[in-house]
Amino acid sequence: MFAIIKKEVFSPEVKLIEVDAPAIAAKARPGQFVVLRIAEEGERIPLTIADFDREKGIITMVFQEVGKSTVYLGALKEGDKLANLIGPLGNPTEIEGYKKVLCVGGGIGIAPIFPIARGFKEAGAEVISIIGARTKELLIFEERMNKVSDRLIITTDDGSYERKALVTEPLKEILEEDSSIEKVVAIGPPIMMKFVAKTTQPFGIKTIVSLNSIMVDGTGMCGACRLEEGEETKFCCVDGPEFDGHKVNFDLLISRLNMYLDEEKASLEAYRKVEDK
Amino acid sequence: MSADEKTKKSRVRMKEQTPEGRIRNFNEVPFGYTPEQAVEEAGRCIQCKRPQCVDGCPVEVDIPGFISLIKENKFIESAHKIKEKNSLPAVCGRVCPQEEQCEVLCVQGKKGEPVAIGTLERFVADYEAEQGELELPKLPPKLGRKVAVVGSGPAGLTVASDLILLGYDVTVYEALHKSGGVLVYGIPEFRLPKVIVQREVDYISKLGVEVVCGAVIGKMLTVEELLNEKGYSAVFIASGAGLPLFFGIPGENLNGVYSANEYLTRSNLMKAYLFPQYDTPIKKGKRVAVFGGGNVAMDSARTALRLGSEEVHLIYRRSRKEMPARHAEIEHAEEEGIKFNFLTNPVKFIGDDKGNLKALECLRMELGEPDDSGRRRPVPIKGSEFTIDVDLAVVAIGAGPNPLLLSTIPDLELNRRGYIVADEETGKTSKRRVFAGGDIVTGSATVILAMGAGRKAARAIHQYLEWTNW
Ligand SMILES: Cc1cc2nc3c(=O)[nH]c(=O)nc-3n(C[C@H](O)[C@H](O)[C@H](O)COP(=O)(O)OP(=O)(O)OC[C@H]3O[C@@H](n4cnc5c(N)ncnc54)[C@H](O)[C@@H]3O)c2cc1C
Ligand code: SF4
Ligand code: FES
Repeated sequence: MFAIIKKEVFSPEVKLIEVDAPAIAAKARPGQFVVLRIAEEGERIPLTIADFDREKGIITMVFQEVGKSTVYLGALKEGDKLANLIGPLGNPTEIEGYKKVLCVGGGIGIAPIFPIARGFKEAGAEVISIIGARTKELLIFEERMNKVSDRLIITTDDGSYERKALVTEPLKEILEEDSSIEKVVAIGPPIMMKFVAKTTQPFGIKTIVSLNSIMVDGTGMCGACRLEEGEETKFCCVDGPEFDGHKVNFDLLISRLNMYLDEEKASLEAYRKVEDK
Repeated sequence: MSADEKTKKSRVRMKEQTPEGRIRNFNEVPFGYTPEQAVEEAGRCIQCKRPQCVDGCPVEVDIPGFISLIKENKFIESAHKIKEKNSLPAVCGRVCPQEEQCEVLCVQGKKGEPVAIGTLERFVADYEAEQGELELPKLPPKLGRKVAVVGSGPAGLTVASDLILLGYDVTVYEALHKSGGVLVYGIPEFRLPKVIVQREVDYISKLGVEVVCGAVIGKMLTVEELLNEKGYSAVFIASGAGLPLFFGIPGENLNGVYSANEYLTRSNLMKAYLFPQYDTPIKKGKRVAVFGGGNVAMDSARTALRLGSEEVHLIYRRSRKEMPARHAEIEHAEEEGIKFNFLTNPVKFIGDDKGNLKALECLRMELGEPDDSGRRRPVPIKGSEFTIDVDLAVVAIGAGPNPLLLSTIPDLELNRRGYIVADEETGKTSKRRVFAGGDIVTGSATVILAMGAGRKAARAIHQYLEWTNW
C-alpha cells in the first residue's frame, strides 16, 4: 500500500504523484485532503487530493517543493512507498445545485481546483475557470481544466503565456459582465485567495476558499490548524478546509503559516547536507 | 524505636535521576527497584486477611497475592498474578494514581507510609519483560466472528486482547499512525517510555489482533459500514477525549500558543525533541506559561523544561489543594524548578507585530462557594490584573469529545457534554451492536478506568454475541 504508481514532473519544483490507496480513493470527494508521512522520522503534512480513481484505487497529489518534506517527496521514485497516507479528511465541496460557477486556481492550487471544477461540471453546472501561474513553466493542469470548463481563462504574472495579469483582473471583468454566477471557489496561495475574496466582495457573490493551515493530526485533535472565520475560531482540518472567503482572517492565516520558517530552513539544510554526501 | 521498626514505617525509595540532570534529557525519572529492594519492600506488606487495598483498585488486582510472590522471589509468577486482572502492569505501575486508589487504603499507611504497591507492580512487569519473549497463552478455537475496535488507547487495547483470548477475530482501527492512544501521543517519554507501550501493542499483535493505523473511522470507513459491509458482529468505540479545549480569550491564536494536545503530540508522537533528526518542529520558548493543574499540565511544563526553556510557570486558577495531578508528578515538577502560580487566570494573550506571543495578562482569583465538583469555585479579584512576559504558552485546561466520529453515527445517544451514553457495566450504547468505553464515555479519566471499561465490555460483547443477536 501507498506505493507511488506514477510520477510526473511539471517543473523542477512542481511534481505530481499517483499513489496506491484504494480505501481512500473509494471515499474521496472533491475538496478533501490527506495527511501523509514519508518515513519513520517524517512529519505529518496535509496535501489536497488533486484527483482520484476509485476503480484503480489511486489518488493523485500535486505538490510544490518548499521544505524538507516536499523536497524529499519530490525525490521519491515510482515504486517507492510512503509510510502513511491518512484520509480522506476534511469536508467535501458543496457542488450540487448550481447553474453557473467560477473556479479560480493559482499556481499549485490549480491541481485541487480541478476535481472541484469537474464535480461542478458533472453536477450540471456551467463552469468558468481562471487559472494563473507566475510563469509559463509553472502552469499545470491546463488540459484537464480545459476539459471540465465551459470557458477557461489563463493568466501568467510575467506574460510568458496567454494573458499577462493576476487572476483577479479577469475575475473582476467577468463578474462585471455576468451577474448569473452563483458561486466562486478559489484555491491558491493565501495572498491570492485574499485578493480574490476582496474582488468578489463588492459583487456579494459567495466565495469559498480552501485553506492550507499547518496541521498535525488532521482530525480535530490538536488545534494546530486554528484560524478565524469572522469572530469564530475554527479548526481547518475538521471545520474546513473550505471557508467563507469574505470572513477569513487571512493575515492570521499567513502569520500562522510562517510560524516555523526558521525550523523549516534548518530542516531543509540538514537534509541537503545529508543528500550531498 | 528500633532501627528495624523505623525502616518498616517508611518505604524503600526508588533511585531516580537528579532534578538538575533529568531536566536535560527525556529519559525516565525513576530507575525502578532492584530485586533486593523489591523483596525488602514486599516484606512491609502484612498480607491482610481482608485487604483494603484491593477495594481501591478499579480492576481488583490481587495485591497481597502478587506481593507475597515477590517475597518468595517468584517475580514472573507475581507478574502473571497481576495480569489475571490487569493486562498492562508496566504502564499502570507507572501512571496509576495509587495514592488515591490502592495505597491510600493500605493499613500500613495508618502508622507510616503505605506499601509501595505501584512501584512493586512496575518492578515485576519490567522484570518479566527483561526475561525476553513473553510466553503467549494458548488461544481457544476461533469462533468465526469479528469485532472491530475504534481507537488503540488503553480501553481499545484491553478489549482487543480480551476478545482475541475468547476466540474472536479482532481488528483495531487507529486514526494516528501509531497505536497506544494517549500513552503514545500524550504521556511523555520521561514518565512512560514508549518502548513499554510498543511492547504491549506488539504483544496483542502477536496474539493475532490486527491493528490498522492511519484509519480514521467516520472518514475512511463508517461504523455502519463496519457492521453491515465489513462483516463485524460488533463495534467497540474507544476513541478517547481528544478534543482540546481553549479559553476563548483574545490573542489565543497567536503563534506560540499551543494546546497541550498539540504540544505533547509534537514532542512525544512526532519526536520533535529530536528535531532536526525527526522532521517535526516545536517552538522552544524562553519563558513559558502552562495553564491547568492536572497531569497534562505537569507533563507539558516538564516537557518545556526539557526542551530548554529557561523559566516555566504553571498557572492554575484554584489552589494547590485542588490540583488534580498525581502527587508524585507535582513533586517532580517542583523539584525541577517549575514555578507554580496559584489562584491565577489569564485574560488576554498579547502579541508583537509579527503575530508572535510576547506577554500574558492575568487576573488573581480567590476561592468562593463550592461548585458542582465540590471544589471551591475560583472568582476573580477586581482590579488585580498584571502582565508577565512569555513567548510560549500551553493550554492544558481539559479536553472534550471529538465529534468527528460521533457525528457520523446519527442513532448513537450522547450526553449533554457530547460523550457517548453507555451502560457502566457492559458498555452497551443506544445503538445495536455498538459498545463504548474509556474517556469517550466518562470524559478524561485514567488509564486504569479505561482498561476496566474495556475489560467489562469484552465480557459483555461475548455474552451478547454468544447468546443473542442484539
Ligand atoms: C498528557 C496526559 C497525561 C495523562 N496522565 C495520566 C496518568 O498519569 N495516569 C492516568 O491514569 N491517566 C493519565 N491520563 C489520562 C489517560 O491517558 C486516559 O484517561 C486514557 O488514555 C483513556 O484511554 P482511552 O482508551 O479511553 O482513550 P485514548 O488513550 O485517548 O485513546 C483513544 C484513541 O482513539 C483514537 N481515535 C480517536 N478517534 C478515532 C477515529 N475516529 N478513528 C480511529 N481512531 C480514533 C485516538 O487517536 C486514540 O489513539 C493522561 C492523559 C493525558 C492527555
Ligand atoms: S492493605 Fe497494604 S498491607 Fe494490607 S494487603 Fe494491601 S498492600 Fe499489603
Ligand atoms: S490538524 Fe490537529 S486539529 Fe486540525
